[in-house]
Amino acid sequence: MLKIENLYVRVEGRDVLKGLNLTLGAGEVHAIMGPNGAGKSTLGHVLSGREGYEVRAGSVRFEGKDLLAMEPEARATAGVFLALQYPVEIPGVNNTYFLRTALNAQRKARGQPDLNSVQFLKLVREKLKIMQIDDELLHRCVNEGFSGGEKKRNEIFQMALLEPKLAILDEVDSGLDIDALRQVAEGVNALRSTQRGFLLVTHYQRLLDYIEPDYVHVLADGHIALSGDKTLAHKLEAEGYAWLNEQPPMHRARA
Amino acid sequence: MSAPISPFVSAALAAPLPPSSLSWLNDARRDNLNHFARIGLPDTRVEAWKYTSLRALARRHFIQGDGQADQRVIDAPLLTFAGLEGPQLTFVNGLFRADLSHLSNLPAGLTLQPLSQALVAGNSQALHFALSRRYDTRVEAFASLNAAYATDGVVLRAAAGVKVAMPIQLVFVSAKAEDELLWHARNVIVLGDHAELTLIERHVGQGGARQLGTLGSELLLNDCSKLQHVLVQDAAPETSLIQHHNMCLGRQAQHHLHVLQLGGALVHHMLQAKLEGERAHLDTRGVFVPQRRQHIDTQLTIHHQAARSVSSARWHGVADGRGRGVFRGAIKVAPGADGSDASLYNKNLLLSPDAEIDTRPELEIYADEVQAAHGATVGDLDENTLFYLRSRGIHRDQARGLLTTAFCHVVLDDLPDKGLREQLCALLSARLAP
Repeated sequence: MLKIENLYVRVEGRDVLKGLNLTLGAGEVHAIMGPNGAGKSTLGHVLSGREGYEVRAGSVRFEGKDLLAMEPEARATAGVFLALQYPVEIPGVNNTYFLRTALNAQRKARGQPDLNSVQFLKLVREKLKIMQIDDELLHRCVNEGFSGGEKKRNEIFQMALLEPKLAILDEVDSGLDIDALRQVAEGVNALRSTQRGFLLVTHYQRLLDYIEPDYVHVLADGHIALSGDKTLAHKLEAEGYAWLNEQPPMHRARA
Repeated sequence: MSAPISPFVSAALAAPLPPSSLSWLNDARRDNLNHFARIGLPDTRVEAWKYTSLRALARRHFIQGDGQADQRVIDAPLLTFAGLEGPQLTFVNGLFRADLSHLSNLPAGLTLQPLSQALVAGNSQALHFALSRRYDTRVEAFASLNAAYATDGVVLRAAAGVKVAMPIQLVFVSAKAEDELLWHARNVIVLGDHAELTLIERHVGQGGARQLGTLGSELLLNDCSKLQHVLVQDAAPETSLIQHHNMCLGRQAQHHLHVLQLGGALVHHMLQAKLEGERAHLDTRGVFVPQRRQHIDTQLTIHHQAARSVSSARWHGVADGRGRGVFRGAIKVAPGADGSDASLYNKNLLLSPDAEIDTRPELEIYADEVQAAHGATVGDLDENTLFYLRSRGIHRDQARGLLTTAFCHVVLDDLPDKGLREQLCALLSARLAP
């Protein structure tokens, strides 16, 4: 589904990703862990097409297409979703209106007819039930005045509605208390399927207690320094990231 | 020292003053005309006109007053907002049109009539405070011209304690004429103690109405009165408007004003408020959206003259094409207006490299323990927000449109009438659509 090869990315004159390789298949959940400043968030942003990230070398293919050549909206339409670490507040834009606009924009790009408001609300109600979200959030402006947990849940709710093929969750656990974290994780787990891939970017192992990954990668110094299964996360939790420096450099992640 | 008289000024002075049996009114009109004759049109050295040049306007040849205003064909349904029933006063090219107005079943204690009738009806003394006024500064050149020649407009009085639930609609229509018209309308609005009113003031126009209208309003809000006031300027693209509103607020009076400046070629709007009574409260919110070659200038001045008076101003501008927006917001807190609270914000979006917005917040404080905050910004849409929308699949252009509309809509979000708010948002969206 997703194949990243030898990716070099520069941000504000600094090389952040330096030869990153990663392959993710449909139905798989990959966790990217690593110390602060290792380039975790950069990876999510570069995959979703944010401006200001200069790709110096390498390639990213999503279902065989050159992802890096696509505009952000085209990536979304192709099935890539990024849940932001800091979701943006948009005063004046009603959450329901925003969701419907996004969904219909994607449907239009795929040649599907618009959902009218009745069809849309029916869909929203189904998804709300899965996400256990209070529909009061829908009547407010996008993320405006939302608590940290509400913002993250709204991200996951958008994901449920847009049904992406690849979901990138950037530090979706940051700033959440344990109850909010559990709710977010339950939402994510409800969306796991054999058709959908997940890339979880996180600093803490805690998230992985709730969303069990198939693979864990350690991102350090701009590349995947180490890959393993979920037990690697426990080792990182127990021993921190410092011991990585003693490991020989590893340039290939899981093939 | 005087410059040669421009075609505008000579045409303005050529018309005879309207006759009246009220000697005080004749005196006031003559004084105001003499003042205008002395000073002529303001140039850009006058602060309130610094960014609005009248040179092109001064060269135009206007005919003052519309002799056929009562025969102009007007599409009546376009004049009002849906779902609003109630009294309505309509003026075409500055003159009252009974056939487009609804004045039956007025609530007790409410006086609503055209100025042309109020002046002959015998109780004109109640209008003396407004109509005898001399506008004697250079800033007020158009106000003096308006005061000299206006024969019609709105007279609205709510007696003490009268609370009118139905919104009152005041509609000013620019209708296409054979000549380039110069017309005037003058409004006097008085709320007695504890009176409450909702007022919707609308300026609309037919395409091709290449003319200049001046609109002057004197508003007096007596103690504890409450005015909910919406001004929607949606004039034709050829029409120029010079508007002024002078407000005077008594003790604990509240004025909530929403302004939408959408249409017009050259529009200059002066809003002058005096908070004269303790704890008077003025809340203004506005949107101006100059596009193409439109020029929209708002000059807001708020005088805090009494203790613990409160003002809040929130204005958003969006300029596109070669449009130019000007906003000057001045807060003046006079000695003795201790404990006053004033805030003023003006945020602007520039959507095109040829658009321009000039903004100037000003604060002058001569009192103690005053809370004052002000700020102004001019910029483009926020990149983070744009990216957020695009990352959800919304095309860049659509995302820009959505954010621009939202930027304007937030100014209206406290308007209590939901139906009206939605219609105003729709008007704005239609204006902003590419």
